[in-house]
Amino acid sequence: MEQLLANPYVPPLILTAVIILVFPLIAGYIVLAERKVLADLQVRLGPMRVGPYGVLQPLADALKLMLKEDVIPSQSDKWIFWLAPVLSTFTALSAFAVLPLSDRFFVADVNIGILFILAMSSIGALGLILGGWSANSKYSLMGSLRAAAQMVSYEVPLGFATVTAIMCAGTLSMQGVIASQLERGVWGAFDNYGLMLIPTVLFIIAGTAETNRAPFDLPEAESELVAGFHTEYSGFRWALFFLAEYAAIVVISSLCVTLFFGGWLRPFPNVAALEMPLNTLFPAALFALIALGCSKGVFRQALAGFRLVMAALTGLFLLVGAAFALPVANELMIGLFWFAFKLAAMVYLFIWYRGTFPRFRYDQLMDVGWRWLIPISMFGLILNGVVQLFARG
Amino acid sequence: MPDTPNSDDKPRPAPSARPPAAAGADRPVRRPVPKKPAEMPCEPWEGALPAALQERFSDRLSRVVLLGGQKLLVAEIAAAFEILSCLKQEHGFDYLVDVTAVHWPDKPEQFEIVWTLYSFSANERVRLKAGLAEGQPVPSATALYSSANWLEREVYDMFGIEFQDHPDLRRILMPDEWEGFPLRKEYGIVQQDSDWVRENLKIESAQ
Amino acid sequence: MAETTLAPPEVQAETLLDSNELVLNMGPQHPSTHGVLRVILKLDGETVLGTDCVIGYLHRGVEKIAENRTFQQFAPYVDRMDYVAAVSNGLGYCMAVEKLLDAEVPPRAQAVRVILTELNRIASHLLWLGTHALDIGAITPVFLCFREREEVLKIFENYCGARLTTHAFRIGGLQYETYDTFEKQCLDLCDLMEQKLKEYHDLLTGNRIWVRRTKGVGILNAADCKDYGVTGPLIRAAGIEWDLRKAQPYCGYENYDFDIPTAETGDTFDRYMVRMEEMVQSCRIIRQAVDALPEGPIKGKVGKVIKPPPGEAYVSIEAPKGELGYYIVSDGSLNPYRVRVRPPSFVNLGALDKMCRGSLVADVVAIIGTIDIVLGEVDR
Repeated sequence: MEQLLANPYVPPLILTAVIILVFPLIAGYIVLAERKVLADLQVRLGPMRVGPYGVLQPLADALKLMLKEDVIPSQSDKWIFWLAPVLSTFTALSAFAVLPLSDRFFVADVNIGILFILAMSSIGALGLILGGWSANSKYSLMGSLRAAAQMVSYEVPLGFATVTAIMCAGTLSMQGVIASQLERGVWGAFDNYGLMLIPTVLFIIAGTAETNRAPFDLPEAESELVAGFHTEYSGFRWALFFLAEYAAIVVISSLCVTLFFGGWLRPFPNVAALEMPLNTLFPAALFALIALGCSKGVFRQALAGFRLVMAALTGLFLLVGAAFALPVANELMIGLFWFAFKLAAMVYLFIWYRGTFPRFRYDQLMDVGWRWLIPISMFGLILNGVVQLFARG
Repeated sequence: MPDTPNSDDKPRPAPSARPPAAAGADRPVRRPVPKKPAEMPCEPWEGALPAALQERFSDRLSRVVLLGGQKLLVAEIAAAFEILSCLKQEHGFDYLVDVTAVHWPDKPEQFEIVWTLYSFSANERVRLKAGLAEGQPVPSATALYSSANWLEREVYDMFGIEFQDHPDLRRILMPDEWEGFPLRKEYGIVQQDSDWVRENLKIESAQ
Repeated sequence: MAETTLAPPEVQAETLLDSNELVLNMGPQHPSTHGVLRVILKLDGETVLGTDCVIGYLHRGVEKIAENRTFQQFAPYVDRMDYVAAVSNGLGYCMAVEKLLDAEVPPRAQAVRVILTELNRIASHLLWLGTHALDIGAITPVFLCFREREEVLKIFENYCGARLTTHAFRIGGLQYETYDTFEKQCLDLCDLMEQKLKEYHDLLTGNRIWVRRTKGVGILNAADCKDYGVTGPLIRAAGIEWDLRKAQPYCGYENYDFDIPTAETGDTFDRYMVRMEEMVQSCRIIRQAVDALPEGPIKGKVGKVIKPPPGEAYVSIEAPKGELGYYIVSDGSLNPYRVRVRPPSFVNLGALDKMCRGSLVADVVAIIGTIDIVLGEVDR
């Protein structure tokens, strides 16, 4: 066993398998979280039927999608119709290869990690374009045209924001970026006397557009184009597009967290006094609180099965909380915890947008992208470069 | 306002006629439901506008009255467009409220087209009616009012009355291939419906 | 094309290229055509070159049904036209038959009619606001609007047992006396609405995306409004201060103190602001009507058998969507000889092509939303 793990190829392969197997589940729970958060914003409850408080909803959804009839329009270009969702999912999941989930958990730390992610997300757009085109439906076609235009426009500010962050860190390696933030003792977002906030904000905006999320969800704008590029998709193929969308959200959020918010580092990584409260107390207390919340459900649920599920969840969260109190386990998991925590905050931001903003119109989207985001991001790049050259120690 | 239904006068005139101006609150409390008059109260419409119209269209305007307090013009169909145009351009009736028709199968002039006009400046409503026989052409008001477009299409759809010079005269509510005109009195609802159902849905009847 | 509509230069520029037009069939199954409206769009890229509305999918022949029912029997049918403003439909019909009968409605019934109609106006505008925001991509307001609309529907339910197709009024007055907490509930609703309208303004009015999506979109100026016979909030947003409740008061509207909200340009944003303000004004009317609710009988003397004398009448009211007119011809029998409904949605929808030309696909859904159509009324 020891020997096997020492082999340099084995741990990444195991992690790859875990990501591929577990991510659909995680995506399902992000969807559930989205539905619950939106429901909360919209004064309603969200899914409540499948499992206590709807916690088993993702499983039911996955089952339903897999069993649904797979409709391929007769006039479609069948091979490309088949290829498009695969391409989208494949590229989105590939980008996970360079995500630094923690100091221990990552598939690969390549020296062009950031470039790889940007490249993969660009190819992912091809899936949308092909999917929309091959369906041979006008709504799909318009959706994919919008997707193409939007991706091209918003990759530019996204790229500029990324370049600014790379310049600040001095490396293209994801782990290297985090190491540089640790070394400088400040998150990327607040470096250069706070001037890095400009690319941070731009990255979040352009990242939202890049993942086709509201208010930039024009390729699938349901009130105009019915469902945009995936109008004609159903069942499992549609689920793959969905998976790709959520994978893209996770990837873009991870990139943002890594570049600007210290990746798996805890807040204030250089202040030793905060080690104990932030790294042990906070996660333990957080999971204990969640467990407490779940334990209430044990008594409130009417069905015995639901009570059991709630009890199991309570136990699980208590266990995780307790694990953070153990130094050995803590050391193993704390990086992952902070990464996931920041990622969750980003994903929450994405959901929050969706519940708050109306959708842009096509020409306004282009207007915002070309007339505002690109000049500002260039300005941010130059400003940060100048500051870095002359004013940084 | 003359044509508001809740105006204070409560004329319950004998069929003969009683000037409604005399109606008022001084009338004694009515006991049970009074006998309804056989006709709606109808009186001549006096003023500058009806005078001007009567002068211009004298014999082609057969009635200029206040029917139940509402201004009503009855004209012959050939003069209808001219009257509408005069009302719009010279008297400020800039809003065509409605175009509709009524089918009277027993009369020689089977159809009655009804235009309702309104003037924003004078806050006045006028109804113009004209009778026409089956197949007689009706001038379209689309040149005067854009709103006439859809309203006339509906009249065509429901009554089969064709409007001349209408830019786009086709059915609007009924399917394009529909036979018959539903709001004509002789239109057999059940018959037409089951025919259509039998042919298009291949079932015996939807009723 | 009016000089104010969007993107005409692009249209002109792109016609230089010999590109094919795309014909897009929007509806009758489409998320934002508000039911079964079908719009055939002629597109150049995303720019709309022309539209053609195909309607009638919900045609039930209401006017024909009327000829085969007695005057009372037909009254519930009118609720099924503009089903989000059933009370207004019922009011218009009852008033038209009362006009034929020359019947008189007691003051208490008039006041209750005003209260219920204004409540319905609020409910209708709330539904419009929610769906309109949804069309433009804001998915949250619709739930908030339905939450408040629910309170209105509760009052209807308490009053007459029905929530949507209420059949609240009868020819000659009302069927039901108000219930004990009616006044209090109405006043509470006014308080609630004034508070919640602030919330909607916070969500939408200040939102830059919302403003950009609505300002300058679907402009219909005053002259066009008159030409197309467009009424209601659309004509008021174009700057014409015209409301039948003021112009030709009925039901005792002349006794209430309220304003007619207007705007200037007649674009989607103006119509939004006008409708928002109308809800405030409706609350004002309801407060006054509740405060001055007279005692007395609720039904005038019309008799059990409604048999108007031969004649005809056109009566119109200010429905939430515009001028709702009923032209009823009686031949002296128990059934109306002809009932013509002048539907505001139908006539307003006629101006869709005018408003859409030169705008983008996304604007089309915004414009359909801003006209505030109910297909039940368009198709009848």
